[in-house]
Amino acid sequence: MSLLDVSNLDVRFALRRGDVKALRDVCFSLDRGERLGIVGESGAGKSVAAFSLLNLIAKPGYIAGGSIRFDGQELIGMSDRGLRKIRGHRISMIFQDPMMTLNPVLTIGEQMVECLKAHRRIGTRDARAISLRKLEQVQIPSPEARLDQYPHELSGGMRQRVIIAIALLLDPDIIIADEPTTALDVTIQAEIMALLLELCEEQNVGLILITHDLGVVSQVTQRMLVMYAGRVIEQGPTREIINDPQHPYTQGLINALPQMATPGSRLNQIPGSMPSLNNLPSGCAFHPRCGFVTRPDGSTRQACHDEVPGFVTSGNCQAACHMVAEMIERERIPAEEQD
Amino acid sequence: MIAFLIKRLFHALLVMFVISVIAFAIQDNLGDPIQQMVGQSVPESEREALREELGLNDPFAVQYLRFAANAVQFDFGYSYVFNEPTTDVILRHLPATLELVAAATFLIIALSIPIGVYSAIKPRAWLSRFFMGVSIIGISIPVFLTAIVLIQLFAIGVSWSPFPADTGWGAWLNDLISTEGGMPAYGRGEPVPVFGTWETNFASLEGLTYLVLPAISLASIMLPLFIRLIRAEMLEVLQSDYVKFARAKGISPRRIYFLHALKNTMLPVITVGGVQIGTLVAYTILTETVFQWPGMGLMFLDAIERSDIPLIVTYLMIVGLIFVITNTLVDLIYGLVNPTVKLTGKPA
Repeated sequence: MSLLDVSNLDVRFALRRGDVKALRDVCFSLDRGERLGIVGESGAGKSVAAFSLLNLIAKPGYIAGGSIRFDGQELIGMSDRGLRKIRGHRISMIFQDPMMTLNPVLTIGEQMVECLKAHRRIGTRDARAISLRKLEQVQIPSPEARLDQYPHELSGGMRQRVIIAIALLLDPDIIIADEPTTALDVTIQAEIMALLLELCEEQNVGLILITHDLGVVSQVTQRMLVMYAGRVIEQGPTREIINDPQHPYTQGLINALPQMATPGSRLNQIPGSMPSLNNLPSGCAFHPRCGFVTRPDGSTRQACHDEVPGFVTSGNCQAACHMVAEMIERERIPAEEQD
Repeated sequence: MIAFLIKRLFHALLVMFVISVIAFAIQDNLGDPIQQMVGQSVPESEREALREELGLNDPFAVQYLRFAANAVQFDFGYSYVFNEPTTDVILRHLPATLELVAAATFLIIALSIPIGVYSAIKPRAWLSRFFMGVSIIGISIPVFLTAIVLIQLFAIGVSWSPFPADTGWGAWLNDLISTEGGMPAYGRGEPVPVFGTWETNFASLEGLTYLVLPAISLASIMLPLFIRLIRAEMLEVLQSDYVKFARAKGISPRRIYFLHALKNTMLPVITVGGVQIGTLVAYTILTETVFQWPGMGLMFLDAIERSDIPLIVTYLMIVGLIFVITNTLVDLIYGLVNPTVKLTGKPA
């Protein structure tokens, strides 16, 4: 059994016009020390997925169903007091924008010490000593002085290092990093990512990395999920998905990478844009943008319009696509006929 | 820090200069001082001689400089009515006003923070909706009406009997909506002298009862504004990433609300609040009149009625000074609370 098991997670936003389904049927799991990437366009539900793990989605969002099992405990329906013991302690988070994540009127030291004190019976002196050690681990210059500085006295990259140090303070089992490098300078991005990877490997911390960046995912993670319009549409080992994507959307994403384009010509793109969550197309949410709705022989795959595709397994990967299902079916039937 | 103070002092002087020019212009143009000083029978030639002697025929600038030179020594001349230096008159009335403002400020701070924070944390609770509704009414009711209603309810008392008094519950309900009255609502009572002309209402329980109604009605203007301001700021702060991050760290809600969020909420509130506390001094004119509170506001209204021009000018100057001082203090406090403000101007 995995350390973290998410099944059929269903998250909705209760708006005046009715519920908007932000996540539907999201399933994934994470083993101890494993690194999982979640990729997708903006609005695909990546961040909602991350925040709902610790029930941190802001109102009017709410978890409508499913199960999140962490180390044998069910997190959905757990009391706030119970969740507080897990937040920051066993599962911690790194946010997107380091400029906004630290409280501007509290010193770095205060913000680290309070986190330790919230979870352990510990004196301020000991808490500061631990904080200092963590700041050293994230390779901040003159860590001692940082403890008494305010966030505005630090650069964005340094603040993200502080946030990583806070995330690691209580030696968590899992870190959820929501686009941890998006708001940083390109030159700093690689440094921060390398640091995060190094610390996770060293301390055997599991990582859920949410990002737009397929390059980062392929360098850092062992497994990945691709999300589209609130659903997981493909998942499997990162290397296999990057090298041989099954789902047309994943293929489109990888094809859209700048290095995939012919020099001198326009970059590849997926036509259209992601549908709004309160007005999803019927059947497969991707079908209006998909080039495979029409078969090579010119006939239409009606299922793409009518049915939400289930997962089919291809190798070590799973993809939710009628086209892939059909291909697998076609390969299997001749094989059976030969028997 | 010192550089900041010097800079602020320079600003303060500039503001005081502008106020003094305006105040002096009023003095210069509001009626003829000679008419105030001599009788109807004095011939024009003698009046002209008196004008020359008093320097009233000198150019505006010369007269202003003379006024300013005296003003920096806190000499604004003699009150026509009291026939003593205006500064003495003001000093005699200042403590009453300052105490009233202090009491009102205390009420505002003590009530607006808990109510504002509560209605931001629980925006949908019926109590929050109740506070928001009441605060809208509070903003729209003028202070003198609040004062008169308070006097009727708590000083005079009302006895209503819409329910049948012969049944037990009817009498009980009648008692419930009736008020006893008896709260003092006229003057300061017998304040305890502290030193010089300073007498205080804070030193005795009886003195405090005299403060209650005037302080409540003075606070009633600003209280709704502060509740709404704190609520709006707090609601915004609670949406911020650093509050979410504090939640993700497993910090208790109480610490998140009252440390993480409240400290950030108070930054803009301090700025607005400081200015408004200064404005309270001006609002005392209304409150003091209704309650016959012997402070500067009442004195000012009297001075206008009797065209005691030197006293009017002195009042304007002193209130201007109070404004400038409170604003400087607010800037100082703001700098101390907000770490991103460097008082020294040293680059961060």
